Amino acid sequence: MATNKGNDKKNGNGQINGPLKVVGKPFRKVDARAKCTGQTKFADDIVLPRMLFCKILRSHEPHARILRIDASKALQLPGVLAVITGPDLPIPYGILPVSQDEHALCIDKVRFIGDPVAAVAAIDEDVAFDAMNLIEVEYEKLNTISSIEEAVMIEEPRIHDYGESGNIHKKVSLEFGDMDQGFAEADLIREDTFFYEGNTHLPMEQHAAVAHFDPDAKLTLWSSTQTPHYVHRALAKTLELPASHIRVIATPNGGGFGGKSDPFNHEIVVSKLAMMTGRPVKVTLTREEVFYCHRGRHPVLMHVRTGVKKDGSITAMDFQSFLDGGAYGSYGVASTFYAGALQTVTYEIPRYKYRGLRCFTNKPPCGPKRGHGTPQPRFGLEIQLDKIAEQLKLDPAEIRRQHLVKPYSLTANYLRIGSMGLGKCIEKVVEGSGWKNKFSGWDREQRKLPAGKGIGIACSSYICGAGLPIYWNNMPHSGVQLRLDRQGGVCVQCGSTDIGQGSDSILAYIVAEVLGIDPFDIRVVTADTDLTPVDLGSYSSRVTLMTGNAALQAAERARELLTMAVAEKLSVPIENLSFAERRVFDVENPETGVTFAEAVVLAESKFGTIGTVGSYTPPRSPGRYKGAGVGPSPAYSYSAAIAEVDVDAETGFVTVERMWIAHDIGRSINPMLVMGQVEGGVYMGLGEALMEEMTYRANRNVVHKFPSMLEYKSPTTIEMCDVKTYLIEDADPNGPFGAKEVGQGPLLPVMPAVANAVYDAVGVRIDEVPITPEKVLTALRDKAKGKEARFGPKSIPVVQWPTPLKVQTPGEGGDGREMPHVAIHS
Amino acid sequence: MMRLPKFNYLVPREIKDAVRMLADAGPEGQFVAGGTDLYPNMKRRQQTPRTVISVTRLRELNQITGDGEKGLVIGASVSLTDICEHPLINLDYPFVARAARTISTPILRNMGTIGGNLLLDTRCNYYDQNYEWRKGINFCLKKDGDVCWVAPGSSKCWAVQSSDLVPLMVVVGARVRLVSTLGERMVDAAGLYNNDGIEYLHKRPDELLVDIHLPPVKGWRATYKKLRRRGAFDFPVLGVAARLDLDHDGTVTDAKLVLGGIGPAPVEVKDAQAALIGQTLNDESMRAAGEACYLKARPLDNTDFVMNWRKQMARPYVLRALEELQKQ
Amino acid sequence: MSQKSKQKAHLEFALNGERTEVAFAPHKTLLEVLREDLGLMGTKHGCELGECGTCAVLVDGRSVLSCLVLGLDIEDREVTTIEGMALEGGKLHPLQETFADLGAAQCGYCTPGFLLVSQELLKANSQPTREEIKEALSGNLCRCTGYLKIYEAVELAAARMRGEVEAEPARESVYGYE
Repeated sequence: MATNKGNDKKNGNGQINGPLKVVGKPFRKVDARAKCTGQTKFADDIVLPRMLFCKILRSHEPHARILRIDASKALQLPGVLAVITGPDLPIPYGILPVSQDEHALCIDKVRFIGDPVAAVAAIDEDVAFDAMNLIEVEYEKLNTISSIEEAVMIEEPRIHDYGESGNIHKKVSLEFGDMDQGFAEADLIREDTFFYEGNTHLPMEQHAAVAHFDPDAKLTLWSSTQTPHYVHRALAKTLELPASHIRVIATPNGGGFGGKSDPFNHEIVVSKLAMMTGRPVKVTLTREEVFYCHRGRHPVLMHVRTGVKKDGSITAMDFQSFLDGGAYGSYGVASTFYAGALQTVTYEIPRYKYRGLRCFTNKPPCGPKRGHGTPQPRFGLEIQLDKIAEQLKLDPAEIRRQHLVKPYSLTANYLRIGSMGLGKCIEKVVEGSGWKNKFSGWDREQRKLPAGKGIGIACSSYICGAGLPIYWNNMPHSGVQLRLDRQGGVCVQCGSTDIGQGSDSILAYIVAEVLGIDPFDIRVVTADTDLTPVDLGSYSSRVTLMTGNAALQAAERARELLTMAVAEKLSVPIENLSFAERRVFDVENPETGVTFAEAVVLAESKFGTIGTVGSYTPPRSPGRYKGAGVGPSPAYSYSAAIAEVDVDAETGFVTVERMWIAHDIGRSINPMLVMGQVEGGVYMGLGEALMEEMTYRANRNVVHKFPSMLEYKSPTTIEMCDVKTYLIEDADPNGPFGAKEVGQGPLLPVMPAVANAVYDAVGVRIDEVPITPEKVLTALRDKAKGKEARFGPKSIPVVQWPTPLKVQTPGEGGDGREMPHVAIHS
Repeated sequence: MMRLPKFNYLVPREIKDAVRMLADAGPEGQFVAGGTDLYPNMKRRQQTPRTVISVTRLRELNQITGDGEKGLVIGASVSLTDICEHPLINLDYPFVARAARTISTPILRNMGTIGGNLLLDTRCNYYDQNYEWRKGINFCLKKDGDVCWVAPGSSKCWAVQSSDLVPLMVVVGARVRLVSTLGERMVDAAGLYNNDGIEYLHKRPDELLVDIHLPPVKGWRATYKKLRRRGAFDFPVLGVAARLDLDHDGTVTDAKLVLGGIGPAPVEVKDAQAALIGQTLNDESMRAAGEACYLKARPLDNTDFVMNWRKQMARPYVLRALEELQKQ
Repeated sequence: MSQKSKQKAHLEFALNGERTEVAFAPHKTLLEVLREDLGLMGTKHGCELGECGTCAVLVDGRSVLSCLVLGLDIEDREVTTIEGMALEGGKLHPLQETFADLGAAQCGYCTPGFLLVSQELLKANSQPTREEIKEALSGNLCRCTGYLKIYEAVELAAARMRGEVEAEPARESVYGYE
């Protein structure tokens, strides 16, 4: 743990003598100048001498056995240097150890349109393209599975020969506390069904990778990946090379959002082609291929049964989720757990049951998109809470605010809550939006807003880093190396990957703060497995907290060395020395001091070359049951959002006019970057709420309906709403300077807030996203006919759930372990 | 990177050279102006002309002459941005500028031309896809296949007329000048379009669209309403163009109502016109026109949005168009 | 089928104010010529089909999508790319400064396109309203920022370019509302 003795834990890690000079200030990003001059080198911007270009032939069948591949014509084309197929890369891989179900190129069968089948390396992209189209593949078609319902019903053909059974990949069944007792205590029990359509990350940068195989048999891969460490492992495995002979460099990502978190087939393919040809090989995916990489939001069908007392306090919640996983495992097992994990961290839920099922379908694989597995249940939970508030005639802001989980407490499913600023978040958005003058108190006759206008609230929470790594080990999750040179230069090295969120800058800010120098004095070297210590990657909102703590530890260790050397030189007590404005000086006599560069010289003279390291490992979770690995985090961020919408009752069009959003950030390392993440989260949430969807034509060979930027509807400037952001600073003891995450959390409340506002505006419940005009209009017509004023799924599939793993809650005196099975004697 | 196939590129300076080049190139020749329609289609291998002949440097195609009194002649290579910003168009034909502003995006309007927009290839979610995607459905009737997947029993292609200016040009009675090596002819906009997604133009491929002739603005008013998902980029999934001739007491003496974005050609709704003619613009006549358009609109499932909803939108969009004309 | 093109096109144009000669395969787009034949990697691409705005450059001062412009069509024209946006002596353009200062570039991939279209806007309209900025930038997609920081950067640059040298961003756009 990166902690200092005597640190005031309530204010987070990091202790500075005097006021903060960098942390909390709106500095430019350290790479801002490069980005605004077009000089940032993205993966496709890398050009090497003698470089070849790769194109990957992908399956045009959604589910088929590969009978024959004939690449002879392609190989005869002038300019073609190599063609590879499945058997050239026989070893399977996958991001999770339990789902090693992908091959770089399919071997025996293809599982979705877009599955890679063969790859070409040629002297230019035109030749590679022509060669790709000369490869002949003969398929034997298999029946397809295209939906959750089909996957649950149809056992054969199996898309994979592993998993629970048939086409069910994973089932989870967990029960925390006495559910019967919980529902018995309820004054009202509500049951609702929701559907959350799948959608994708759509980073502006298409994935690209360049591989180079040295004459000394070492491989270097540059790739637009969020997880160079995991790519490194996958390459070592599939290429059968020692990991020490592989170097993975993650180039700055032109947007990630979770879509570049898996090791990808194209990364392995270009590596193999580089090894075969002895020449560098580049691949740049087309936009259509990016849609096939996917790993985006799972479509999720949900059923929620919740018991509440008259005051709105929850007595028990029984949550069922069905996830459409697409054709491969990806992060899916984790997604299945995440879809049930974070329901408990906002409002008190004393007893909780979760059943989740993920199935395989013949569609591009789903995985982690911003909010990984949690926006879908959050959507259901927050709308249901709105419905409960209406039934109980309670204010939806108050029903939330009055039943919050307590800070520094333990939830029913053994998640340890740290700082908890959601109450303040709710207060801010309620006040800022003028909620009390706009919300009509469920009175449809005496409305405060004009017809068609509505307002809705929702809240959420997200982890600040997964508590466990993806593969089991006891090593740190993040490491930082700091090198100080005698000219006063500071270089911070860390495996973290900047995907636009500003993680490179965070490292510089924190080191600069501790060492009293300017962040722009620091050289930041990141995401290079040869040069930087491991950081697990830019996922699970872990980077600021984990690399921040590691950087803090490394910087504090360096400061300690410099302090000792300077104190000796100046004959000043150690505790009197302060670091600021590129000087180390006596706080009682500020003229007495040395420049930072002189301090390094003194330290180097005394100790030898100055380099320090820092690392971070999250605290151990109190949960001990099987499945307790997903959900724990060093801290949880909180958000509350209020949406104001205009609904055109003649067309059903929903316009989100503005949003107020408050985010509990713990502490802003850079408030401007935090604001940018909040606004970006609202934007992406707006797209999910209103228009984005990954949909397929089941009756047309399960083709993706529209794998293009034109027909996959990403909101333009015209659709983006006005956003008023409030940052709540309630330092978390586990965060560097108290900081928590912001990259993912603020997306979560957007979709349910919009849905609740639509209800307020026109009195129809849209229990699924995207909330498209045709759904709103259908519900309005139903309402006018006296039918249920709702659009949404009616039922869930009937499945045989496994016997739940039962855990007593902390309130019941549980210890976080599974209860022993009691044998029942007749 | 999506790349263009190889082709010959010619840039004539005179109309006579342009049409000669195309005649020489034969069926493998293709005119191009802004390229915003053709080049994506070529990258997706929907169109693969051997010879592409640019019409952007033909002087006559870059002019705007005339005015609202005499009528206006707009060269086919005038950019959509220039249409949006042209003072005379904004003064005398503001509905044309407004409709042009709904096309795609500011950058694409800098590139796209009015001629290109009027000749826009019909669009379909089964057709506007990469070669690899189309292989997944074994191609379609419009290109390389033998089934129209939107209407598999149909012998014709149902790709959609997706230009915003086409319905408007039809209602205002614009005419276009077509030139080939065989001479030139004037064609009514209404007669330019054919209700077939493949053969969607009554224009021979060797004919060059030179200019568009707008009639003088005398006693009529016109407007265009566009239905789409986003306020930029998106093609219309329903376009309503309306023109009304009103006499001094507000009685509709002539009316033209045309729907775009719902079938292979713009659809004139005669019942809607009949419902308006002889009436003042009142709630009842406007609703009747909307209802007639609703009945006539039969969109299929090959654009954004579900088709049933697009059909239903004919009512409010026609009403909104007429209400706007009422206020003008 | 690939047919080896017999010859490259060879032409001259003004690139970022410099006469430039370039030879390239004649079916290449301006995007490909800039990136592959001239080595200017600042122009990015997100779809190559005219559906995202990422590859925007200025030709004779007007924004175009370089993915849909033939290299052959730029003969004798003036092309401005992000590399040519900075002022003389390497001083950043005011838009580049404000984009950097306000966090309008997150991942930075769409940024060159946004900067060039913003430059085109400010040349035509020195004091655009928020609505005019939205309209002008409606052909550029950004997945990171939600556009708000971009609007603020354009507004601040416009103010500074009008001579309001003291212009500062609103406090709430940097720190949030109180």
